[in-house]
Amino acid sequence: MEWETVIGLEIHAQMATKSKIFSAASTAYGAEPNTQACAVDLGLPGVLPVLNQDAVRMAVKFGMAIDAEVADHSVFARKNYFYPDLPKGYQISQMELPIVGIGHLDIEVDGETKRIGVTRAHLEEDAGKSLHEDFHGLTGIDLNRAGTPLLEIVSEPDMRNAKEAVAYMRKIHELVRYLEICDGNMQEGSFRCDANVSVRPKGQEEYGTRAELKNINSFKFVEKAINIEVERQIDLIEGGGSVVQETRLYDADKNETRSMRSKEEANDYRYFPDPDLLPVEITDELRAQVKADLPELPAVKKQRFIDQYGQDTEAATILTSSRQLADYYETVVKQSGCEAKLCTNWVSGNFLGALNKASLEIADSPISAERLAGLLKRIADNTISGKIAKQVFDALWESDLSADEVIDQQGLKQITDSGAIEAIIDKIIADNPGQVEQYLSGKDKVFGFFVGQVMKASQGKANPGEVNKMLQSKLKR
Amino acid sequence: MHNKTITELAKGLRDKEYSSVELTQAYLDRIKKYQDLNCFISVAENFALEQAKLADTQLVSADAGLLTGIPIAQKDIFCTQGVKTTCGSKMLDNFIAPYNATVIEKFNSAGAVMLGKLNMDEFAMGSSNETSFYGAVQNPWDTNTVPGGSSGGSAAAVAARLSPAVTGTDTGGSIRQPAALCGITGLKPTYGRVSRYGMIAFASSLDQGGPMARSAEDAAILMQTMAGFDTKDSTSVDREVPNYSAGLNNSLEGLKIGLPKEFFSESLNSDIATAIETAVNEYKKLGAEVKEVSLPNMKLAIPAYYVIASAECSANLSRYDGVRYGYRCDDPADLNDLYIRSRGEAFGSEVKRRILMGTYALSAGYYDAYYIKAQKVRRLISEDFSKALSEVDVLMGPVSPSTAFGIGEKTNDPIEMYLADIYTIAVNLAGLPAMSLPAGLVDNKPVGLQVIGNYFSEDHLLNIAHKYQQVTDWHLQTPKGFE
Repeated sequence: MEWETVIGLEIHAQMATKSKIFSAASTAYGAEPNTQACAVDLGLPGVLPVLNQDAVRMAVKFGMAIDAEVADHSVFARKNYFYPDLPKGYQISQMELPIVGIGHLDIEVDGETKRIGVTRAHLEEDAGKSLHEDFHGLTGIDLNRAGTPLLEIVSEPDMRNAKEAVAYMRKIHELVRYLEICDGNMQEGSFRCDANVSVRPKGQEEYGTRAELKNINSFKFVEKAINIEVERQIDLIEGGGSVVQETRLYDADKNETRSMRSKEEANDYRYFPDPDLLPVEITDELRAQVKADLPELPAVKKQRFIDQYGQDTEAATILTSSRQLADYYETVVKQSGCEAKLCTNWVSGNFLGALNKASLEIADSPISAERLAGLLKRIADNTISGKIAKQVFDALWESDLSADEVIDQQGLKQITDSGAIEAIIDKIIADNPGQVEQYLSGKDKVFGFFVGQVMKASQGKANPGEVNKMLQSKLKR
Repeated sequence: MHNKTITELAKGLRDKEYSSVELTQAYLDRIKKYQDLNCFISVAENFALEQAKLADTQLVSADAGLLTGIPIAQKDIFCTQGVKTTCGSKMLDNFIAPYNATVIEKFNSAGAVMLGKLNMDEFAMGSSNETSFYGAVQNPWDTNTVPGGSSGGSAAAVAARLSPAVTGTDTGGSIRQPAALCGITGLKPTYGRVSRYGMIAFASSLDQGGPMARSAEDAAILMQTMAGFDTKDSTSVDREVPNYSAGLNNSLEGLKIGLPKEFFSESLNSDIATAIETAVNEYKKLGAEVKEVSLPNMKLAIPAYYVIASAECSANLSRYDGVRYGYRCDDPADLNDLYIRSRGEAFGSEVKRRILMGTYALSAGYYDAYYIKAQKVRRLISEDFSKALSEVDVLMGPVSPSTAFGIGEKTNDPIEMYLADIYTIAVNLAGLPAMSLPAGLVDNKPVGLQVIGNYFSEDHLLNIAHKYQQVTDWHLQTPKGFE
């Protein structure tokens, strides 16, 4: 039988606020355990939550970016369950009236564009962390993360394979970073995902029973986890069994999913509106503010790069993959005044290659856009050749000098003076009568030898076009 | 000294008749002398004397306020840095808060001296103070009877002159009912008028702190310090605080009083009915007009209240899990055992009953039938009050259907106990302000008159109470043996 996979994702994106969603404690990552948990985060008797308005603004921004309805009126609710790293015994989340309603996002897989629905996105607080190591059979609790603002983005079950799921997840990842509402750091848990996976016979309308794969924190694992879960479900059904609705954990080491708890064991969370918080009212004023603050979105930017800079889809995709990279590129174009094509080649080629090799983010690049522009200018005005430019680029990477300073100090300026080039050529011809003989007798290949010798003698600085022209006239057969 | 009003005490401090340290010591001695009443969970002797010393230095300088150096006591529901805060529960028997409630901060800034923390029903759940882990409180008017609850220690302390004034909190009548049963003056402010930050939550949408004192005049002074917007409490209201003492003597000529007919049914003790009638007649003499009004959904208030308050408390009390602070059972076998025994051993039966009721009401499949229905009833009750208060300025009626009842008399019948709040609960559901004033004695036990006003009309309520206290002396009556 042919099977169809159905996938929906719940993505948790940590909002990039300075303080927590309901307290003034810092959200900075990596502090000593429990040093960033104030009375409110600890759930002490008598404390009350106060909503961080920046978190609201960020959620609204996300809603606008996916063309969603942003609710005039949304409500925080208590989700009740006991867990040692959940200080109040309930999580403040949103249930019936989330801040962001139905929206959508387009993804591209194998050249095809597909629209994925977003059911809702709501704000909630993160829990703390239970630490099982180093406590000799006991559990340690770190509440630094408790109260960190999260936006839970719930998709429609619109994805039909792991590739689409990854494409969607990447798209959301790209978007939240574009909007500067989430740092997207998956190692630190700022961006993680649960996947709801089910299978059904191809053509069947009704959904199969789904399993929820919890807390997957890399693109690679999402793909692997889904594929292995789909395999498991198909094997199970084809073997006469049936899928049970449950929560499963993906074990990356063993590349398998295993059951955490079934639906029967699932909690009744007893949601009800949190009486400590007033409903969130989104005013027209706030909407206007956020709208004015909305950056150019990735899809729009990509199309503009194609139109404005004559890029092909591949280059435009790469150069708009992050807002920082796109900004970098546009700064290079503007500052250098060079042809867009030269800038495109250099930024997507040498520059990105060097960054990737050094595993650096664009923000940590040793070469600023201004310095790269300085280099490209000198290529465009023939001060240096493309080959020498690579040498200058390496020097820029290692130092704080400008391209002009490097060219000056290392004497890399291209020789375009025809007298100087002629002198070199004459000497080479005089020194190599055998090769001259060979060339004149019809061995075209030997021409390359002369070019090489001239370039070597000039330490690569002779203008290659000039060298070619002059050699051709001198060695006229 | 202990029969003086706050204004008189403040004058004595300024005239150097006594220092704050002397005044504080006098009250501490009195608290010790009458410790069998069990009004206090913690007496903060050293803490109070330190504060008094500081107050004495402030009194010499010009920046002293009316409360500077005046001893007061706090219901043990307000978190106090350095003095343990138990909320009347074994769960918090070892809990010393690392921060002050906003109300405590305000009293500290005003220079008040805190004598200690007052006994109360466990987590404010009760109408007799008998659910306290620290034992029942005796009503000074008859030590075999209860002082009411949940602010029972507060009311008894004021009645016995162990503190000039105190704080209380009111979720379903917890300021007004004990004030009535102990013959003192209590004000439950509009929901949102006094910050709840640091006031341990029972039912967040109903809880409200307020003053309890001998007179409206003293209550106004405390209210001035307690009221105001607090950025730490999202449900507090950003609205100017009036001068509560300024209008105390305003004329009541033309005041329109409504008597809700539902407050005067057959179930009301006839002696209490007579006392209320007499009080209303006093108001007529002061120029008020009286008419009957109706609150048709009153009978639904108790069931709605016990669904909403219990639902909220079931979540509010989840934080007491034995993990971070408070009581933890010995040698837990595993996580579940830690939860079950810590909570099982440290919560009293009334608290458990309400957690169970609330959990049930919020459960899948019951939520709509209970919680949502109760919220609808709450809206209807609010509308009843709005309608009545559009016809009249204030509503008057009894606070409690009976005077102080015997210790142990109702402890085995929770429903009977819940009915003790039949006249007070609806006010909390609507979020309105209300007062309880001493309005007579039946068999030498105090009777309270309830005055309910419109939102944020505390100044008017205090005025109405004060005028009554100018022409009557019920508030000056002192229980025998405590003169």
